[in-house]
Amino acid sequence: MKKIINDPKDVVPEMVDGLVRAYPQYLKQLPDTEAMVRSDTASMAGKVGIVSGGGSGHEPTHAGFVGKGMLSAAVAGQVFTSPTPDQIYAAIKAVDQGKGVFLVIKNYSGDVMNFDMAKDMAEMDDIDVKSVVVDDDIAVEDSLYTQGRRGVAGTLFMHKVLGAAADQGASLDELDQLAQAVLPHINTIAVALSAATVPEVGKPGFELADDEIEYGVGIHSEPGYRREKIKPSKDLVAELLGKLDDSLQLDQSHQYAVLVNGMGATPLMEQYVFSHDLLDALAEKGIKPAFMKVGSYMTSIEMAGISLTIFDLTDAKWLDYLNYPVETIAW
Amino acid sequence: MLTAQNTITWLDKFGDAIEKNKAYLSDLDTPIGDGDHGNNMARGLTAVKAALADKDDADLTTVFKTIAMALISKVGGASGPLYGTAFLEMAKASKAGTTDLPTLLAAALAGIEKRGGAEAGDKTMIDVWTPVLAAVQAGNLTQAVIDDAVESTKPMIAKKGRASYLGERSVGHLDPGAVSSGYLFTALLEVEAN
Repeated sequence: MKKIINDPKDVVPEMVDGLVRAYPQYLKQLPDTEAMVRSDTASMAGKVGIVSGGGSGHEPTHAGFVGKGMLSAAVAGQVFTSPTPDQIYAAIKAVDQGKGVFLVIKNYSGDVMNFDMAKDMAEMDDIDVKSVVVDDDIAVEDSLYTQGRRGVAGTLFMHKVLGAAADQGASLDELDQLAQAVLPHINTIAVALSAATVPEVGKPGFELADDEIEYGVGIHSEPGYRREKIKPSKDLVAELLGKLDDSLQLDQSHQYAVLVNGMGATPLMEQYVFSHDLLDALAEKGIKPAFMKVGSYMTSIEMAGISLTIFDLTDAKWLDYLNYPVETIAW
Repeated sequence: MLTAQNTITWLDKFGDAIEKNKAYLSDLDTPIGDGDHGNNMARGLTAVKAALADKDDADLTTVFKTIAMALISKVGGASGPLYGTAFLEMAKASKAGTTDLPTLLAAALAGIEKRGGAEAGDKTMIDVWTPVLAAVQAGNLTQAVIDDAVESTKPMIAKKGRASYLGERSVGHLDPGAVSSGYLFTALLEVEAN
């Protein structure tokens, strides 16, 4: 393992401290926690708070999206491990303005349980809390026999839409309805070229040969659905877009938002090559995205690979939410 | 019957077992999870030990609650809420007046089932808690019961948590949460023996 760290045990607290001190205009840290709250408290007045979070290792998610027009707070857990309920609860309490707090949770058993416990704690304090569990990863069958689909890069769009709506004064119930309406329309699928190494573990989460790739890998090195030899970018696009097309039934009369997301080690150069092939493939279907982002937004430490998210904008307002101005580190 | 004192001893022994087997638990978690169960549990049990240090004169409910809060706030992942809920439910049951071990463990198991939504046979800690509770209720908990329960998770297909993404590839591995639960009940046996 070769990483720019000190003691592996200190990675998360040192990262949070560095982040908050580098960007005091956006973030402040709640004492004795790894919860980061929006510095611009005036921008939260009278509005529903949006709290997200999860394991660390996905930077700039989640704290990079805290700021006016997007998240109110982000809670950082240990690497690839959900934050604990007391810390989530501290964030809820810090951002509550009497209008309630909305939680964005990714569908992992640990995240769901810890956020649920935090919700119970907040309700005991008479803070209204509602939540959405994002499960955009179509690589996993949603069946009774698994945890269900995972929450991955599409969470970025959920954060953006809810943040914009909350900033414009949406109520807790309206945000809940919006989140449920948006949820099935965000789908993601990934391809991995190499695995991530959790600092405290010290070795990669899985092994891939030099010339091998794996489709459908999750953001914590969860196994995908197929391995094969590395292929040209346009063939990777064909595979991933094919899966998304099966799931979303892409239609040239619809408007779409697209996120090409680097998983950590994949350079922007390759992400743009992939985007070139993707836009060609979409054009063949008569589709030109109404909104597009390319970059490393939901990473998996130093995993190499790309995830592709397509968001079917069935309501025209959703595009306005994506275009709504924000003041964050990373949007 | 559980008392504040024997519960503190129980958790002390559990903490020792976790510390001793930290690397083994994380190794078990690597092929079917994310390789951190030992580290997460060790961090939690260290916090439990510190929190219990000044609780010698506390009542049973306070001891359970102290354990629960330390686990909930320090373990993280899925194990923190699950073990934390188990002790929180025992705190509630003891507050209602019981010190009866089978009653307390039944409350704990019900809490775990509700929190995690798993059932017996899903390759989780419940596959240890369920037969252990039955043996405690029948008054015949032995190390063999615990060992068999832990071992029973090996051929199972995981249906909950991160291991569930592996489907049939989870067969042949012990469930790490079942193994750590096994240590919890071995520690309980040692306390009962004294």
